[in-house]
Amino acid sequence: MLRLGVPSKGRLMDKTFDWFGKRGLTLTRSGSDREYAGHVEGADIALVMLSAGEIPRELAAGRIHLGVTGSDLVRERLTRWDTRVKALAPMGFGHADLILAVPKVWIDVDTLDDLDAACAQFRATHGHRLRIATKYHRLVRDFLRQNGVADYQLVDSQGATEGTVLNHTAEAIADITSTGETMRANHLKVLDDGLIHASQATLFRALDAPWDKAAKAVLEDLRERLA
Amino acid sequence: MISAEDRARAADLLARFRAAGAQMVETPILQPAGALLDLYGEDIRARAFTTQDPLAGEMMLRPDFTVPVVQAHMENGAEPARYCYAGEVFRRQEVDEGRPREYLQVGYEAFDRDDPAGADAEVFDLLSQAVSAAAPVAATGDLGVLIAAVDALTTSDRRRAALRRHIWRPTRFRRLIDRFTGTTPTPATRATLLAQLADTPAETLIAAAGPAVGLRDRAEIAARLNALAEDAATEPITRTEADVIDSLLSLDTTMTLAIPPLRDMGVDLPGLGPAADRLEARAEALARRGHDPAALSFAPARGRTAMEYYDGFVFTLSAPGRPDLPPLATGGRYDALTAVLGRGRSIPAVGGVVRPGLLGRL
Repeated sequence: MLRLGVPSKGRLMDKTFDWFGKRGLTLTRSGSDREYAGHVEGADIALVMLSAGEIPRELAAGRIHLGVTGSDLVRERLTRWDTRVKALAPMGFGHADLILAVPKVWIDVDTLDDLDAACAQFRATHGHRLRIATKYHRLVRDFLRQNGVADYQLVDSQGATEGTVLNHTAEAIADITSTGETMRANHLKVLDDGLIHASQATLFRALDAPWDKAAKAVLEDLRERLA
Repeated sequence: MISAEDRARAADLLARFRAAGAQMVETPILQPAGALLDLYGEDIRARAFTTQDPLAGEMMLRPDFTVPVVQAHMENGAEPARYCYAGEVFRRQEVDEGRPREYLQVGYEAFDRDDPAGADAEVFDLLSQAVSAAAPVAATGDLGVLIAAVDALTTSDRRRAALRRHIWRPTRFRRLIDRFTGTTPTPATRATLLAQLADTPAETLIAAAGPAVGLRDRAEIAARLNALAEDAATEPITRTEADVIDSLLSLDTTMTLAIPPLRDMGVDLPGLGPAADRLEARAEALARRGHDPAALSFAPARGRTAMEYYDGFVFTLSAPGRPDLPPLATGGRYDALTAVLGRGRSIPAVGGVVRPGLLGRL
């Protein structure tokens, strides 16, 4: 049976259910609010309720055939993500941009070119590399390498990342921003070319899942609904 | 996994390097991450295995030998010195499933002030002999030529320093050249800022921008604003000089045939003369050891994108007809690295490694 992984709670789950509902597939969560089980009416699909952060891993392992999660999580958590999953459909919600931001007072820094120059100056002045706080290590590192930014270091920040600059544990940040308000409140600004990834909830197909005849048939049916 | 045959091959290679007069050195497999990160930047994290010790902090499984060997020499080495070593190196593989995560390297390093060309030829010759059974194809380069060209550009110290810093990052290097030659227009936001700077002191502009948060303070911002204003007033690098850089980046010929065009380019960029002299001296030293420079492939910018600190002669020795394999042996000169790790002291150094595991796959 085709296994579909979806976020197990919150707005992401509600919107996922709505999205499939509009396409003629009714997803419901069974039993109580606390039970992470569900089923699909109108198709031969097993519903697997997971935390959005676990869905990339389950897709890569082929334990689910399809999964709904943020494109940022897939890119951050899976090496060579494009050889392991395929995006079937962007779903139009869960928008979040991963961006690079620096203090607003840095009026000399608008672009990655400037950031790179500021990194060189900072290292020469302070004797250590300019710190960028983030939890998206791979995405940020790849982005900065592609753009030839040097002399920075990534410091791990799993929450309240915008506050790290104020607290002198980082000089700049790379984080998800949906509104930009927290950014402004912490006296930060986004670099002109500092968009690392525009993420949204996406339906992914696992390339390594056991795609037997039945699963393929369900996928074909699903594709028609998505079209 | 490393096979018993590979270990036996490594032992033979090591014996060969010892017979050539090298002193054997051991280096720890667990390396403090700090020095490697300072040297290579965050990119090393994509390539080295990182682990954590509760007391010593972040450690890396030895990604190469050069850094610890240089550190050992800078601490207690006598000059001149020849070192050899054999052991595992570890590399994370994020892209290519088929590449090994652990493999053996056997290396030879020469720390010698007197005769750089001779030391280059000595290392190349020794490594060539070590893999001679594979009848390897050699390719050589010399990043020192590109560095000399950058140093000779008629422009500000600041621009030359920026270009030198990015010699190993082709994308950023190109962007800088385009900016310094005036090929890329100044972004609108930058033009506005420069116009404001023309009649308002930097300090006033900074104060108006809001609270100074973070470690980078107002004085640093002001210093860079002044640098930006100065840079805006700097004459663009001329097309003639930029063309020399482009020619160097695309030149791909033999060592012998590279010398005349380098001399010609030296007319437009006089600083290239000494680099051409060094190349010529190296070609002669190689010829004395039986390597025909007219048959040696040479491209100045070769080795530019490798993870490396090479700043002079570089070479690879590859198995013919096996593009699927990495080079059997690689090496190069890394004078600047010894200065970085030597805390004020430095010594010209050149070395190379063989991968015995690859010899086993031929």
